[in-house]
Amino acid sequence: MATSSERSPPPFPDSEDQDLLEDVGGPESDADDGEDLFLSASSPPVTSMDTALPPASKPSDVLMEPPIDSISNPLIKPVTSQTENKPTSEVVSETFDDFFDLTNNITEAAAKDTADISLDEPSDRFVDILGSETPATQEEVMAADVSVAAATDKRDVTNSVTDPPAVGKKEVKEASTAPVINLSVDSSASKTQQPVAVDKVAEPLVDFLSDTPPAVDAPKPSSAAVDLFEDDGSDLFADPRLIKSSKKPQKSLFGETDEDLFGAAGDGVSVAGPLEVSNPTEPADIFTEQGTAAVSSVGNASTVNSKTNGTCSEEEADIFSEATVELSLDSPQNERKTEVKAKPSAPTPSLSATTSHAKPQSSAIEELEQEEEEEEEDKFDIYVSVKDPEKIGDGMNAYMAYNVLTQTTLPMFRNKTLSVKRRFSDFLGLYEKLSEKHGPNGFIVPPPPEKSILGMTKVKVGKEDSSSVDFVERRRGALERYLQRVVNHPSLLQDPDVREFLERDELPRAVSTQALSGAGFLKMINRATDAVSKMTIKMNESDVWFEEKLQEVESADQQFRKLHTLVETLVIHRKELSFNTASFAKSAAMLGSAEDNTALSRALSQLAEVEDKMEQLHQGQAENDTFCFSELIADYIRLLGAVRGSFDHRIKAWQRWQDAQTMLQKKRETEAKLLWANKPDKLQLAKEEIAEWEAKVTQYERDFERVSATVRREVVRFEKEKAKNFKRQIIKYLESLLQSQQQVIKYWEAFLPEAKAIA
Amino acid sequence: MMEEVKEGASALSVHGHNVKVTEALKDGDALTFLIVSEKLSGTGEYHVHRTYEDLEWLQHNLFSQEDVPGIQGVIFPPLPARPQVNPPAKAVKQLGVLALGEWQPYCRALETFLQQVASHGTLCKNKAVETFLTDADPPGKQRARRNLFNRLSQAVEELRKEGHKDVDEFFHAERGRNAVATGGAKNAAERFLDVVLTQQKIAVACGHFSAALHLCVEPGEDPDKQAFSKLCVKLSEVFESMKKNMMNVAENNVNTLGLGLDLESRYQEAEREMLFRRTCKMVEVENARRNAERAKPVKKAAMEEVKRATEDEFGHISKVAKDEVARFQGSRVQMLQRALVRWCEQQLLTARQSAEQLSQHLQAVRALGPRPA
Repeated sequence: MATSSERSPPPFPDSEDQDLLEDVGGPESDADDGEDLFLSASSPPVTSMDTALPPASKPSDVLMEPPIDSISNPLIKPVTSQTENKPTSEVVSETFDDFFDLTNNITEAAAKDTADISLDEPSDRFVDILGSETPATQEEVMAADVSVAAATDKRDVTNSVTDPPAVGKKEVKEASTAPVINLSVDSSASKTQQPVAVDKVAEPLVDFLSDTPPAVDAPKPSSAAVDLFEDDGSDLFADPRLIKSSKKPQKSLFGETDEDLFGAAGDGVSVAGPLEVSNPTEPADIFTEQGTAAVSSVGNASTVNSKTNGTCSEEEADIFSEATVELSLDSPQNERKTEVKAKPSAPTPSLSATTSHAKPQSSAIEELEQEEEEEEEDKFDIYVSVKDPEKIGDGMNAYMAYNVLTQTTLPMFRNKTLSVKRRFSDFLGLYEKLSEKHGPNGFIVPPPPEKSILGMTKVKVGKEDSSSVDFVERRRGALERYLQRVVNHPSLLQDPDVREFLERDELPRAVSTQALSGAGFLKMINRATDAVSKMTIKMNESDVWFEEKLQEVESADQQFRKLHTLVETLVIHRKELSFNTASFAKSAAMLGSAEDNTALSRALSQLAEVEDKMEQLHQGQAENDTFCFSELIADYIRLLGAVRGSFDHRIKAWQRWQDAQTMLQKKRETEAKLLWANKPDKLQLAKEEIAEWEAKVTQYERDFERVSATVRREVVRFEKEKAKNFKRQIIKYLESLLQSQQQVIKYWEAFLPEAKAIA
Repeated sequence: MMEEVKEGASALSVHGHNVKVTEALKDGDALTFLIVSEKLSGTGEYHVHRTYEDLEWLQHNLFSQEDVPGIQGVIFPPLPARPQVNPPAKAVKQLGVLALGEWQPYCRALETFLQQVASHGTLCKNKAVETFLTDADPPGKQRARRNLFNRLSQAVEELRKEGHKDVDEFFHAERGRNAVATGGAKNAAERFLDVVLTQQKIAVACGHFSAALHLCVEPGEDPDKQAFSKLCVKLSEVFESMKKNMMNVAENNVNTLGLGLDLESRYQEAEREMLFRRTCKMVEVENARRNAERAKPVKKAAMEEVKRATEDEFGHISKVAKDEVARFQGSRVQMLQRALVRWCEQQLLTARQSAEQLSQHLQAVRALGPRPA
């Protein structure tokens, strides 16, 4: 499972390549053609724009200029562009896949449309990008440089490869290496294909411009090109609307990874930064523009726009089907977008972030795939212990810090033993990150112990009584088990945040956990439960397995709660027994001291000693009950909450699918109405919408099936772990019980002669 | 305690030391005890049913033997407090370990009481004892006035007379020792009762946990689920045997040291009452002496007579009391030793059984379910 660490950019997974090859070579081997057309896309907009959208033409003009400049400039920094691009390569390649799929899907629909119309969009975007950058001229220039560099790179590659299919593959690779935004530029560059000079590049463009409108061949490829463009945009676009939930998790991930990886990314990345940054912002802008344009524009133009929308969604669906992690892929970009928007003046940090995050993601995907193959074989050579709780600070600002000790032989860690200091909120922070990242995909993320205001306040106040010691010990144990569960989970272990948590000396302070008190946590769980029950009413479960499992989980939850109460009662009684034994020992000692008969007196004081020892045993037994069962059961109550959470996520996916179906139905009705009303212009739009929603429905269905499969696998794993865990605990418990019973025997054996000696 | 039966001097037709209280029959709120005693002739047993009222009647008769000299110097075997079906918490405290279980401890305590009475050199001569043990019909219904003899009157006078300087150094010392021992024994018995009560609670809690574990069993073919279910069942068995073990421990506690401490505590109380009665008599003697000294010549003779009678009585009481105390000291040490030894032996046995069971369970669990990785 330990593939490559994220730090070194993973080599291209073979399987990916194969896929790409097939996609590229099979259905639409003319990736080159597409690119050719595509190149034209950047320039053609002008013409189309002029005709169709007068308002949009202006920006396009502005945009047009910069690209040309960049092209005309000799390759300034080709190398840098390459380095920067690599991290994102995975992402890009994926989009490519999608892109190809989409092209297949759309080509038919798109066939009707004329090339120039389809070209509008790319150009728009392009313009937007440029437009967005214009305020910061410097950045613009940078972007231009980079793009040029990328273009040159591509050209080189294309040059070397003569065969069309091979070129396609390479191209894909190259494209993938180039950041998403670059794609437009890249494609333009690749179009040239012949290692011609800058002039040539410009020429084809011009040619194309003139050619495009009448061109017969053009439509198909052009549409593809559009699609390609769409891809970038679509990711971003789709996110806000459809995957709102996933947005947040990504954020956190994004923030984290970036810091880490930033160093690794190096200087080259920083150069790439502005470009990338500009990219995400632009698609979004474009999109909105398109939307407005679509509304205002009449006829073909509008239909095209709608189509593009459709493509976006489709592609997104594809992405989903590809890998579970892809979901998260989207959101980082999303994040990036927002970030960039927030601070356009300082694009560099965000840039680094984007590159950095892309890397872990890609590696994560790889690992995930591998892991799915091995799946059940989940014996990791890793052991995590939480030790030495230590109070840091005074008063209400005090907190407990723990030593997290990791022993492992896994190659993905830097050392065989790792030791870091972590405070409680760090554990919670880790959980939040993990649950946001992996929860929506149906993973059961082990939950940490709840915050306890009461318990912690006692500790803070500094009372060194037994209850606060007990509290700290309980929590320490719970944290240890929590971490152990996390690292025992094959997918979670691969998460960069987990590794960071175990390895890194200093962790950024987890802030969002502050509000997550015990009560809040319970409330959260309850809310999730409510949501589940509410949804189950709506959802007529088609899968009996899930229906049964949900019921099982519910009843298990109740049982465990009951068991927990009972064990807690038992523990209370044990403590009471220990206390009572102590006081009996005292009174026996008193009785002994008051006794005249010396033998009896001695026997009684011996008895007092025996009872004192018994008291220790009872005390130990109470702890044993607590840590073997009470805490274990408490863990499982929490875990069952997590299991229900995964069911919840599955139902959410189902809900989304159903909603999409309903929407599709509505669209179809609209179409029928339009047909009846004989409004061909609107009919086109309706058809496109239907196509869009059909794609969404298939996407969400696949999505739902994927989440279902994951949940299923996770639940099976959970049950396996549960049985193992309980067995281990029961054995441990029995061993200690036996030991204490043998101790009791020893005590009695020692006392018996004393009692007999009384005469 | 005080079991020495005077050879051949038994006034009873039964073996005094062999009286058994075999069971307590519950009829509504009333308890009836079945008392079995072996005939001296060896021809059979007397089976009689007696209520607590009958026991009170017996005790009253013992107390009020005016004709026996020095009767007040006797440490009367203590009758356990009145049993109550479904006793309130307060009564439980008064009854101590005797309130536990299905009255077996109480029967044991009654048995001890009757044996002590029947084998007591002086008390067994009372006809009431014979009647009580052998007569098929319950003794006369005359509910003699509530015997406050020992209790209420004492409480009032106690404060006044308890600290009265004794004429005899022996009794003075004995009174001091007794005061400490009474408190100590009572305290120890109560603490021990707490221990037992808690052990019973633990047993109950184990039982509940064991029962609840059975509900965790999930049906299904899945091997993991089955493994878990088996574990639950096994753990349930473990807790069931822990419950039984704990019950045994508690029972051992009650039946040996618990009863021993209870008896010790009540006997110390009885001794204290005896000592108090003697002190009262002593005060009476002193008063009589004073009266005789101060008496006018007319009454002088009468007063002297009273004084002599009282002194005589006091002398008897003191003599009997001295013997009783000596016997009591000897027998209570024996009794406590027996209790301790039996306690220890039984607990040892229980602990060994429990350890044996646990190791069996451990083996079973190890062989069970998902193989440890």
